[in-house]
Amino acid sequence: MFFIQLRDLFKSYGPVMALNGLNLEVPKGSLYGLLGPNGAGKSTALRIICTLLAPDSGYIEVGGRNVLLEEKETRRSLGYVAQEVAIDKILTGRELLQLQGDLYHLDKKYKKKRIEELIHRLDMHEWIDRRCGSFSGGMKRRLDLASGLLHEPELLILDEPTVGLDLESRSVIWGLLKELRNNKTTILLSSHYLEEVDELADEMAIIDKGKVIASGKPDDLKKDLGGDRVTLRVREFSDEVEAESVRKLIKNINGVSNVVVNQKQGYSLNFLVQSNDVISNLSGHLSKENFEVFALSHSRPSLDDVYLQATGKTLMDAELELAGKRDFKLENKKSMR
Amino acid sequence: MIATNPSLQNEKPSKNDLNEMLQETSALTWRLFIQLIRRPSTLFAGILQPLIWLLLFAALFSKAPIDFLPGGSSYGEFLGAGLIVFTAFSGALNAGLPLMFDREFGFLNRLLVAPLSSRSSIVISSVIYITSISLLQSFAIMATSALLGYGWPSLGGFLLIAITLLLLIFAITGLSLGLAFVLPGHIELIAIIFIANLPVLFASTALAPISFMPEWLGWIASINPLTFAIEPIRMAYQNSVDLNAVLIYAPYGEVNGYYCLAILLILTVGLFFLIRPLLNRKLA
Repeated sequence: MFFIQLRDLFKSYGPVMALNGLNLEVPKGSLYGLLGPNGAGKSTALRIICTLLAPDSGYIEVGGRNVLLEEKETRRSLGYVAQEVAIDKILTGRELLQLQGDLYHLDKKYKKKRIEELIHRLDMHEWIDRRCGSFSGGMKRRLDLASGLLHEPELLILDEPTVGLDLESRSVIWGLLKELRNNKTTILLSSHYLEEVDELADEMAIIDKGKVIASGKPDDLKKDLGGDRVTLRVREFSDEVEAESVRKLIKNINGVSNVVVNQKQGYSLNFLVQSNDVISNLSGHLSKENFEVFALSHSRPSLDDVYLQATGKTLMDAELELAGKRDFKLENKKSMR
Repeated sequence: MIATNPSLQNEKPSKNDLNEMLQETSALTWRLFIQLIRRPSTLFAGILQPLIWLLLFAALFSKAPIDFLPGGSSYGEFLGAGLIVFTAFSGALNAGLPLMFDREFGFLNRLLVAPLSSRSSIVISSVIYITSISLLQSFAIMATSALLGYGWPSLGGFLLIAITLLLLIFAITGLSLGLAFVLPGHIELIAIIFIANLPVLFASTALAPISFMPEWLGWIASINPLTFAIEPIRMAYQNSVDLNAVLIYAPYGEVNGYYCLAILLILTVGLFFLIRPLLNRKLA
């Protein structure tokens, strides 16, 4: 049973297409990760789900409700922790939680009880009565998470919850998310941290250029690659012609698959091998065509490999590429009410 | 147990829409008052500036010719009404600033993602807050003016002052909230406030009567909303509240007290209908 369903979602900011036919199905009670570089469309998708943005077209269902027709009921059922922590610097942490409780129409006693629970669970008691303006990034994020959880939502949406956080705050947040997942709260989390999605998510989708390019359980996605990941360089700085020649050579070797030239990393070659024997014999195959092994690394496949396999570039390279193309001023303007 | 539990949703007490709206509106209003209490400088500046004006301008024109002002009043008495209205006007013109900051810093999104009974609560809380502050500041000017010997209105006059100020505050607050949604950022809003504030004051009867102005300025003053608020308040200080009395001898004709209030009411209602679609669109 799916708690969230997105079908053919399109959204553009002027000339920039943020979502380009996004389809997503999030099982009820799961922790679902959205992985993709900054600018891939993750935040836009999350903002649409929590009714902050309207799509240009498409269908959105949350908890069996058509979000576009039942906005208020949808809002009642979800907690949203935005990427940019928006807190009132003048209020104390406790006052902010009280305000949040009133915005969700919580009963006075219940509100007080929930606030105390969350202060205890997120270890905020030492600073909760200080003004928010004096909080560190980690403290703000914990407070924001507490705000999102105050009304016990059925769905918790987190947009890059640990970006730029200290280790202690990240550990507290990860611990809480695991606890929530074990209690069958549906959690939708976006991140461009591979290890975060790998560690937390039951299922995940990789988003690139506004659409899902791969989805499933992280382990399954890695297994689907079919072997261990090898990165090979035949020279320190290779070129396109040479890399292509090597690609043609090694793609015909038995036990080698998914050969990709990584232009951003000096035209290195990334491929999968089914056994260690293939690696042992690699040097011999290369020397027949007068190539040498300049550098070779061998590892278990990671989500970055899944991303690389699907897009031909690593997540970091994709981020660098997108960062140059994004018009943050336009995006901010369009996302501001 | 911290984890969310869908079954607990049913245990939460349900409330009707009116109670929910009251809860969210009072919480949002209280937030604005907490900000004011912890950062009271804007409140004091809003009182201090007109007071300085009152002291300096009253002194500056204390030796003005006796027939300069209608009714033979002193300049301090004449100026009092203008500064009361100016205080309310300035306060209301700033109404959009907190909302603009909420837009810019993303706090508005926190409000919009909450299941508010009505998103009007966001606007209503701003109106309640600004109205309270503007009235407080205006009454502080009235009290100081009385201490300086420039008089105190009768009960009827006081009521007239309150009604007039409320109409003006509602109109200008609406305008400012509308601007807060239309303009791209607080710099632009502050620029408009800065540009509008003093010219609107000088182009009204706050500092001088229409008869003292050149014709072109007299025309502007005669259609300036501040003039329609100043003159009834000036009358309220004369201890004879008669709304049939002619209060403005404008180039286009005579305007009595009823017309002044009617024009303010039309302005308020007109601005409300003008900005309502905008607010609906922005908060939808």
